[in-house]
Amino acid sequence: MINFQYLRTSSKKSALALLLKDKNAKFIAGGTNLIDLMKRGVSAPEKLIDINHVPLKQIELVGDKIIIGALASNTAVAENELIKEKLPLLAMALNAGASAQLRNVATVGGNMMQRTRCGYFYDTEMPCNKRKPGSGCGAIGGFNRMHAIFATSDNCIAVHPSDMCVALAALDAVVVLAGPKAERKILFKDFHRLAGDTPQLDNNLKADEMIIRLEIPLNNLTVNAHYLKVRDRASYAFALVSVAAGLEISNHKITDVRLAMGGVAHKPWRLTASENFLRGKEATIENFEQAAKLAMTGAKGFGENDFKLQMAPNTIIEALTIAKSKA
Amino acid sequence: MEKRVLKDENDRVDGIYKVTGKAKYFAEYELPGLTYGVLVTSTITKGKITSLDTKAAEKAPGVISVLSHLNKPSAPAYEQEGGPAMKIFYTDKVFYNGQPIAMVVANTFERATYAASLVKATYAKEDFNTDFEKAVSDAKAKKLQGQPDYKRGVEDAYKSAEVMIEAKYHLPIETHNPMELHGIIADWRPNNQVMVYAKTQGVKATQGTIANVFKIPIENIQVNSEFVGGGFGMALRTWSLEIATIMASKHVAKPVKLVITRMQMFTMVGNRPAAVQTIGLGANKDGKLTGITHSAFGETSVYENFTEGVVNMAKFMYQCDNVNTRYTVVPVDLGVPIWMRGPGEATGAFALESAIDEMAHALDMDPLEFRIKNDPEKDQQRNKPFSDKNIKEAYRIGSGKIGWSERKNKPGSLVNGQWKSGYGVSIGVFNANRGRASVKGILKADGTLVLQSATSDIGPGTGTGMTLIASKLLGIPNDKIKFELGDSSLPPAPSQGGSATLSTVGSAVNDVCVALKSTIAELAANSNMDATSNFIDVLKKNNLPSIEVTKQSQAGKEREDYSMYSFSIHFVKVKVHSLTGVVKVDKIVSVGDSGTIVSPKTARSQMVGGAVGGVGMALTEESIIDHRYGRYINNNFADYHVPVNADIPEIEVHFINKPDPYINPMGAKGMGEIALIGFSAAVANAVFNATGKRIRTLPITPDKILATS
Repeated sequence: MINFQYLRTSSKKSALALLLKDKNAKFIAGGTNLIDLMKRGVSAPEKLIDINHVPLKQIELVGDKIIIGALASNTAVAENELIKEKLPLLAMALNAGASAQLRNVATVGGNMMQRTRCGYFYDTEMPCNKRKPGSGCGAIGGFNRMHAIFATSDNCIAVHPSDMCVALAALDAVVVLAGPKAERKILFKDFHRLAGDTPQLDNNLKADEMIIRLEIPLNNLTVNAHYLKVRDRASYAFALVSVAAGLEISNHKITDVRLAMGGVAHKPWRLTASENFLRGKEATIENFEQAAKLAMTGAKGFGENDFKLQMAPNTIIEALTIAKSKA
Repeated sequence: MEKRVLKDENDRVDGIYKVTGKAKYFAEYELPGLTYGVLVTSTITKGKITSLDTKAAEKAPGVISVLSHLNKPSAPAYEQEGGPAMKIFYTDKVFYNGQPIAMVVANTFERATYAASLVKATYAKEDFNTDFEKAVSDAKAKKLQGQPDYKRGVEDAYKSAEVMIEAKYHLPIETHNPMELHGIIADWRPNNQVMVYAKTQGVKATQGTIANVFKIPIENIQVNSEFVGGGFGMALRTWSLEIATIMASKHVAKPVKLVITRMQMFTMVGNRPAAVQTIGLGANKDGKLTGITHSAFGETSVYENFTEGVVNMAKFMYQCDNVNTRYTVVPVDLGVPIWMRGPGEATGAFALESAIDEMAHALDMDPLEFRIKNDPEKDQQRNKPFSDKNIKEAYRIGSGKIGWSERKNKPGSLVNGQWKSGYGVSIGVFNANRGRASVKGILKADGTLVLQSATSDIGPGTGTGMTLIASKLLGIPNDKIKFELGDSSLPPAPSQGGSATLSTVGSAVNDVCVALKSTIAELAANSNMDATSNFIDVLKKNNLPSIEVTKQSQAGKEREDYSMYSFSIHFVKVKVHSLTGVVKVDKIVSVGDSGTIVSPKTARSQMVGGAVGGVGMALTEESIIDHRYGRYINNNFADYHVPVNADIPEIEVHFINKPDPYINPMGAKGMGEIALIGFSAAVANAVFNATGKRIRTLPITPDKILATS
């Protein structure tokens, strides 16, 4: 391991000031991904700024929004009564992620910032455009069973590994970022990026900014909501495919619907066309199947992940069916 | 004093140590002046090291030395011709990606790790192949006979049978991945005295290897390995990396500790080799087997050959007059494999027990009935009676407990929404071994008994089993008995492998206890005491603080007269999701037929552990290599999926628990291997029963379920 300087601060202001001083500095909170990256030689920050003591752990209802501080732990959010009652989809997604031990230290902001789990990204002896732009993509023509089927680029077919982020994309969350001068807001669905020509960039956070909190508007998806994660083992495994499905049904008609997928793209993948199709229709298996079919427009396999072309629509149908069946 | 909530005579004798952290594993020993070794590994798969730049590493903070083939310390056996080709520091050849090519020794682990990253090698690369399946199907690839061909009756008789099936089965590389990482602490002391704390399944084997490599007297070497955090076979040999660490200690004249990383566990300490197997079965319409052909290809390395008993089971497990087997090994440019729990038999049983299920289906017979119908009366391979075999009773117990009567012979019959349920069964079998071991017993006037043997306990509960044997024979409570192991200075015993420790060392414990008993009786008689007098009184009356007996014990002629095996029957109920392809194991019932159960708690744990390993083999475990680079891609615990608690359902374990009349004085046979052997086939058979999908390539991941029609 390469030596680094460890700094700790308990204020947002000084955290941002420390970050501004050194472009090779990184924030550390739970560290569940960053430490791995440092051990593997993928990331070598000269300074680690520990922000765990910055007071950003709030989980509260303010007006018609739920506010979640960037440093609230994954467990704290998943176990919070307000979240379980108002945003069950988020609680379910969080509990589907990682392991209990990891969730206890992983934070909301850190979860958003985690890097892909693509094996080529972690092995510095293999090509990876995300780790080393211009070196090539090892996964194309290689082991790509876990990889993306939507909006891939010739440079990178990695997926974003988070479960939490899939639910947040579905829930129309807003991310509040603090910069050296001012705060700004960005829609959660626009926070993460597609790989395009810049696979080294996972998201639109600027180098001098920090994630402060999430704002999630209240909704009526409190009953008919389900997060379905298909994976190789029942816990502590990344999604082959996951689906966040929320329905609001009145008089047999779907009045609101949210659908997003994980494990299929470089960012949480919101299924807008499927949502538009379902809105106003009856919650029938035929309509779910049609919505799943629509969701697959433009999907493309890379060999080992071709099965996702079938698993993804199947999982959408099953997630919607389970969501509908809840009462 | 330790407080105990519940006391049970069958408790693990080391349980308290393990759960309180008092059990000390090799890496936890602190020697004065301890230094830390970290291996530098090759980044190419095949070729030659043309230069090695160690200057930056040598200048890095805390670095004591950088060892490589350029400054190799003396290891006489490594200088001779022959022997293994892959000798760390004694070769500039690269045989596999991730091969150790140098070692940095520094005063902290972190500094050694950093300095290791500064060592730069250049190579002359050669073409390579790490793809076993490609090598198998390549007519030009090198192939070696792994075992002599076996033939009984007519070759390939299945082809002309009334009903025949032929199918091909594929197993990927599996990696042992015990919790404890591999390594050693080596201390080369003045006058060629060597002290090591090792992770090993055999302290005597490790001691012998070190003596042989360095050509020093065996008495100069002390090997300690009291607690081992799992082995599953990977610690059954002394790898070149242990020898390299001893060389390093000799070179720097300080103790050196090497603990390899989880990633290195995939490349340099063996694996369960990949295999491709074809089974042909023939039967008449009444369901009697008329032909069995088992042909297997197993993975091996280019620099050292590895073979195992993949096709053994086909030769005797079913009544059949026409059986032939062939086992071929195919070298690839990877590290040499090693036995992994259940070794080759587990690989073979997946294919054979899947094929038996396929044949039962082809005959439209219940697979349990089909097995019973073809259960052999004697061992046709060796033409001998079985010493003890209760398979039909095991079938009866297991089928009742799993609820086999709920099973429908027609696949896909049990449907609940998107979930389809199914039941599967399979047999496991492994040679019931008994080797030679010595045990020393010291019976003391304070009422305690100390037993000593240089055996190991990699987890099964060796100390507990031995204590229970002695306690039963001498009537001494468990907590007054101490069984000492994992120390090469104790009386010799074989390595812990092949499910033989209880049978082998237990027999010597038995003999020691019998001898102690008769000595006490003799002393009692000579001092005019009642023959049933307590040994404490007898010793006191004779002014003896203690008496000692050492006995060597081994099998006799009975092994020529009988065929000795342990058996297991695994029953599995699964459910399979039609849309997502997810397989959930709903219930497991494993029945062990392995003679007397000496230690009920640890025996049950063995079976439970085997079932969990079997779920991993069946559903999740696979070491994946990118064959373009020859590098592992999922070499960590996040991506190499061993089962987690959430994958494991209720596991019921039952034992026949009848003594084998011939094997040894206890009538007890080993069970470490049978706990796993065959299990993966039970899962695959249950998946077929649930869905009608026959998956012949492990692991059975959701994508394979969806892809199979």
